[in-house]
Amino acid sequence: MPQNYVPIFIFLLIAFLIGAGTVLVASLIRPNNPDKVKLMPYECGIDPVDSARKRYTVRFYIVAILFVVFDVETVFLFPWAVQFKLLGLFGFVEMMVFLGILIVGYIWIWKKGALEWI
Amino acid sequence: MPMNAGTFILVAVVKIVIAVFVLLTACAYTVWLERKVVGHIQNRWGPTRVGPFGLLQPLADGLKFILKEDLTPPYVNRTIYILAPMLALTMALTSIALIPVGPVIHAFGISTPIQITGVVNSATGRGADINIGLLIILGITSLGVYGIALAGWSSNSKYSLLGALRASAQMVSYEIALGLSLVGVLILSGTFSLHAIVEMQQGTWFGFIPKWNIFRGQIFAFFIYLMAAFAETNRVPFDLPEAESELVAGYHTEYSAMKFAMFFVAEYANMITVACLASILFLGGWSGPVFGPAILQALLPVFWFALRIVFFMFVYIWVRGTLPRFRYDQLMGFGWKFLFPLALANILITALVVAWRA
Repeated sequence: MPQNYVPIFIFLLIAFLIGAGTVLVASLIRPNNPDKVKLMPYECGIDPVDSARKRYTVRFYIVAILFVVFDVETVFLFPWAVQFKLLGLFGFVEMMVFLGILIVGYIWIWKKGALEWI
Repeated sequence: MPMNAGTFILVAVVKIVIAVFVLLTACAYTVWLERKVVGHIQNRWGPTRVGPFGLLQPLADGLKFILKEDLTPPYVNRTIYILAPMLALTMALTSIALIPVGPVIHAFGISTPIQITGVVNSATGRGADINIGLLIILGITSLGVYGIALAGWSSNSKYSLLGALRASAQMVSYEIALGLSLVGVLILSGTFSLHAIVEMQQGTWFGFIPKWNIFRGQIFAFFIYLMAAFAETNRVPFDLPEAESELVAGYHTEYSAMKFAMFFVAEYANMITVACLASILFLGGWSGPVFGPAILQALLPVFWFALRIVFFMFVYIWVRGTLPRFRYDQLMGFGWKFLFPLALANILITALVVAWRA
């Protein structure tokens, strides 16, 4: 029933208010005397060199792309698993074909070296 | 007895306030337990000064977090910088809303399950909840990644950015193994409703082996889940995002006082949620011997459930006191080349066995 979802939204609101509320209360009673050194980006006491927003390794992008592919697969498996007994042999064979294609892809990306972290 | 809308909201708010209070206290005392247990593992005492056995230490820590100076550096993206810890905390706390803690209780003329989204089925008088509870939990916990990624990016500091990148890559990688390890349980139980999954695990075989999913062939899934969960919550041995010897503190390097505390509480709340999910899906939820007078019968299931959570918290701390940290390539290799095929194999075998029996 849709109304059963209402408590989640109430909870979301209360959880957000806890975070915002404590920060607000803390901002009223905490001391506030920043100086130049305190406000520097932390780099182990050395004056910061260069901007922080620089290029980083392409591996992180590959992980993100692989995640999208395999997470969609996981989401696709969930409803199948829940209805497994109802779908019977047809559902089982169907999913084995799907998983087979995916496993071939998995072996391919492994052989291509997409899973290596260098 | 069917409830009208006002009573429904009132009951929900009462349950939410209790749940938030219990959860925040549990987070605080998990920190205490961690310091105490790790202390004893390393042959020292842990906190002893504040109160007996250092029991008031979490209170002192909380006060300190509120009274400390909270710097917002000038080079950050201000809006995102302030909202990121709130996002992380909100998502970490909210996922507890779906967790069933116990069966139906009767109080003040109202019957309700000990679960925030739980309702009583008016036809059977038994508890029920949202029929996609597990999916919502997975969704909400995934949203927690945004808090970390945005925090690291908006901080505009090199350590923060690297920590956030590592954290998000690690969390999305292990989310796949985590999701796949649950499929076996779903095949066995045939529902997303956490309440129904627990009800299915009540009872025993031969009077002493409990009918938990871990004893119904899901033992490998349980360990895959546990390892993925450690990585998902950024705990030792997978605490690469905050590896203090290389990244200072990772994505929360530039955060101080209350905003840092929010990341801290979010991490512990996530640990508790993951432990709750593990005990519901694999260890029979609140099932356990129930006896004695009515009040004891109502409270014992909650006690059994809490006992499992404490057990998982202890395992978390125990592992932290025992294992060293992985290297990053080992971490990614472990997730993609070991846990992922193992989880797939578990699904195939479970599906085969269930299909064979049917």
